[in-house]
Amino acid sequence: MSMKATLRQVDGVMVVDMSGRITLGEGCTQLRELVRDQLGKGTKHLLLNLADVTYIDSSGIGELVSGFTTVSNQGGRLKLLNLTKKVHDLLQITKLYTVFDVYDDEAKAVGSFAKSES
Amino acid sequence: MNTEASVVELVLESDLKNVEVAEEVARRVSGTAGFDEDDQHRIDMAVHETLINAIWHGNKNDPNKSVWLRFEIFRDRLEIRVRDQGNGYDPGRVPDPLKDENLLNSSGRGIFLIRTFMDEYRVESRTGKGTEVILVKKLNPNHSPE
Repeated sequence: MSMKATLRQVDGVMVVDMSGRITLGEGCTQLRELVRDQLGKGTKHLLLNLADVTYIDSSGIGELVSGFTTVSNQGGRLKLLNLTKKVHDLLQITKLYTVFDVYDDEAKAVGSFAKSES
Repeated sequence: MNTEASVVELVLESDLKNVEVAEEVARRVSGTAGFDEDDQHRIDMAVHETLINAIWHGNKNDPNKSVWLRFEIFRDRLEIRVRDQGNGYDPGRVPDPLKDENLLNSSGRGIFLIRTFMDEYRVESRTGKGTEVILVKKLNPNHSPE
């Protein structure tokens, strides 16, 4: 099962509902292209909803980090929403939990982008 | 394939699509060995990362090469061997992904995860004979096999 991503705009934030596997190969490539595509369209606020991500490997984590730094370098913000226990544990183990802004409430997550700009 | 046996062996073509096959076998065998769901996932991930290294770094993604896997259940542990047909790689060269200066690196966490999830991780590289990785996960002495 590969990765699927559905995009929706909420109050100026591009929320990406992701599902499936973010692993070396197709999943990572799709995520990389998605971030690049959104930056190309001028999107500055990206919120990745990982609720339905069933599997993420070291390459997938690397792709999240890469997306985070790429968006930050372009003056935007990339944040994470609804981590599964497995993804949460992986971010803890790799000390990345403190690097990402992580939320479990979409409204709060969306609102945080406006606050970080004010 | 009979995953009830104490030894399971399989040979997979060097194709990333086969990684999911190895994960499934890892989950079944570790479940049979008596590991709980969390440990089954850790073993599954260790096998996933090891297999990717074998296909990507070992066999250089050459579809004409294959990866051999052997799962063996012992009374006190599960031992997994993964062998590629490449020229070997040195896991010691991977920088520590937890150091502040490496935290935002986009790669270099695979072997760290394997070491974190397994009790033993050994690499035997032999020039011209590929690399064999040995993964060991110890069973809780109070476990009850399925």
